[in-house]
Amino acid sequence: MSVQKTEFKRMIRRYFKSPTNLLGTVLLILFVIIAILAPVICPPKAGADPFKIPIATWSAAPQAPSADHPFGVIGGRDIFYGVIWGTRAAFKIGLVVSLISSVIGLIIGSISAYFGGWVDEIMMRITDIFMSIPFLVAAMIMTTILGKGLDKVMVALIIFGWMRVARLIRGNILQAKSEQYVLAAKALGIPDWKIIVKHILPNTIFPVLVQISMRIGSLVITAASLSFLGVGAEPGYADWGTILSYSRNWMTELSKSWFAILYPGVAMILFVLAWNLVGDGLRDTFDPKMK
Amino acid sequence: MTAYIIRRLLILPIILLGITLIIFSMIWMLGPDRLLASYIKSPEALKTPDAKERLIAKYGLDQPIPTQYLKWLGNILKGDFGYSNIAKKPVQEAIAERLPYTLELAMWAIIPVIVGGIWLGVISGTHHNQPLDHGIRIFSLIGWSMPDFVFGLLILLLFYTVLGWFPPGYLSYESEAILRSAEWHKYTNMATIDSILNLNFSVFVDAFRHLIGPILTIAYLWWAYVLRITRSSMLEVLKKDYIRTARAKGLAENVVINKHARKNALIPVVTVAGGMLVSLLAGVVIVESVFNRPGIGRFTADAATQLDYFSILGSALVFSVILVLVNLIVDISYAFIDPRIRLS
Repeated sequence: MSVQKTEFKRMIRRYFKSPTNLLGTVLLILFVIIAILAPVICPPKAGADPFKIPIATWSAAPQAPSADHPFGVIGGRDIFYGVIWGTRAAFKIGLVVSLISSVIGLIIGSISAYFGGWVDEIMMRITDIFMSIPFLVAAMIMTTILGKGLDKVMVALIIFGWMRVARLIRGNILQAKSEQYVLAAKALGIPDWKIIVKHILPNTIFPVLVQISMRIGSLVITAASLSFLGVGAEPGYADWGTILSYSRNWMTELSKSWFAILYPGVAMILFVLAWNLVGDGLRDTFDPKMK
Repeated sequence: MTAYIIRRLLILPIILLGITLIIFSMIWMLGPDRLLASYIKSPEALKTPDAKERLIAKYGLDQPIPTQYLKWLGNILKGDFGYSNIAKKPVQEAIAERLPYTLELAMWAIIPVIVGGIWLGVISGTHHNQPLDHGIRIFSLIGWSMPDFVFGLLILLLFYTVLGWFPPGYLSYESEAILRSAEWHKYTNMATIDSILNLNFSVFVDAFRHLIGPILTIAYLWWAYVLRITRSSMLEVLKKDYIRTARAKGLAENVVINKHARKNALIPVVTVAGGMLVSLLAGVVIVESVFNRPGIGRFTADAATQLDYFSILGSALVFSVILVLVNLIVDISYAFIDPRIRLS
C-alpha cells in the first residue's frame, strides 16, 4: 500500500473521531437520501413541474397539520411536499452556485497571480469593488433586475460570489511561487502554465474545497432570504424560503401558522448545520497547521 | 504609515467609481422601457399615443450608455438620487429619514454581540474540551447555522404572539404622538437617545421594548463568530510562556485569565469588530423586514419587491459607501496597532 493511501486512511479516521464531524456527515447523508427519494416520498403529478408545490386548497388561510398534510398547509400549499422537494432545491442552489463561482474565482485568481504586475493590480481592484457591495444587497438588486425564479437567484449569487476564492487562490499561488518544488520545476524548464495547472493548483485545491463546503450553508440561507423578502423563487416553488415567506402574511397570527415556520425552518437549520459541521471538520482534519 | 494611508486614500475614489459603474450597469440592463416606469408619477402622462417614445427621449434613456452614465453620476454627485415611488419623495430624503433607525439598531445590537461573544469565548477557551466548552460551541454553532429570518420569526412567535412582551414595529401609537408633539426635541432622530435627552423615560422603555427582538436575533447569530475568534485566540495566548510564568509565580487562576490572558486575546477581536459592523448593517435588511422596523434595510427590501429602481440603487450606494469607509477606518487603525500590515 502506498504512503499516500495510508496517510489518507489516517485522515479519514481522524475526521470521524470527532462526534461533531460524525453528526454533520450523518445529517448530510440523510439529506442526500431525502433528496434522492423525493419522487418516491412525494410523487409529483404526472406531467407537472415537480418543483411546483401542488395546490391543496384555494383558501389562503393556514391549516393545521392533519393526516393528509402532515406538516399543515399554508397559502394553499402542502408544507410537507415543499420541505421534501425543498431539499433538492437547496442542494441545487448550494452545489451549483458554489461550484461555478469557485471555478470563476479559480480562473481569475490564477490569472491575477500568474501575470502579476498591472494585470494583478487591475484584477484585484475589480475584486475589491465587487466585495464593496454587501452580498445580500447586491444579490437582491441583481435578482430584482433579472426577474423572479430560482435560476435567476443562482445567477445573482454567482455574479457576486467568486471574490473570496479568487483572493484565496491568488494568495496561495503567490506563496507557492517561491516554494522549492516550484523553483525546481522552473529550473527544469517546464512552462509556467503547466507548473500552475500540474503542480500549484493540486496543492491549493484543498483549501478551496473546504471553503466550498463551508459556503454552501450560507448560500442556501441567502437564497432563502431572497425568497423570504419576495424577490427570489416564484410563489409556490418548492423552496424552504418560499414556504417561510408565506408566514409573513400571518405575522399577527403566528400562533395559527407556527407549523409553516417550524418545519421548513428546522429543515433549513439542520441542512446548514450539517454543511457547517462538515466544513469545520474538513478544515480541522486537512489543515496541516491543526495537526 | 503615511504612505500606507495615502495609498489607501488614493484607491478610495477608484473603488467608489467602480461601485457606481457596477450599479449603473445593473440598472442599464433593465432597458429604457422598464426604466421609464420609475420616472412616471401618474398614468396620465402616458395618455397620448407616442407618449412612451417622447418620454424616453425626454429623460435621455435612448442616449449612448457612457452619456447616460455620466449624466447619472453627475446627478448623484449633486446629491440627486432620483425619485422614490414607494416613499413618494426624493430618494436621498427617504434614506436620510430612515438611516438613524438602522444606525440605532446596529449601535444597540453590537454591544451584546461583542460583550456576550467575548464572555462566551473566554469561558469556552479556559474550559477547553470540557463539557462546558462543547455546550457553548454547539449553542453558537446552531446560531451560526440559523437563518436570521427564521430566528426572528421564532422570537416573534414566542415573545410577541405567546407572551406579548416585545412587539414588532418601531414605537407604540402613544409614543409616536409624543414624538410628534411640540415639546419633543429631535436631537438624533433615534428614539432611544432622544428620549434620554428629553428626559422622557416612558418613551425610552417603549422604544427599547421594540428593539429587544431585533437585538436578540442579531446577537444570537453573531455570537458564534465573536466566540470562535475569542476562543481560538484565548487558546493560543494560554500556551504562551508569560502565562506559564504568571502561574508559576503563584497567581490565582482568575487573575491569570482576567489580567494576563484576556487582554492579549482580545487584539484579534478588536480587528474583526469593524468588519462585523459592516456585515451587521447589511443583515438589517432581513431583521428590519421581519420586525417591521422602518429603517433603510426594510426600505431596500420594499423597494426591491416593488421594483422601485431609484430607491434600490440609492440604498445600495449608501450601503456600499458605508462598507468602504468602515473598512478603510478599520484597516488604518489596524495598521496603527500592528506594524506588519503597513509593509504589505
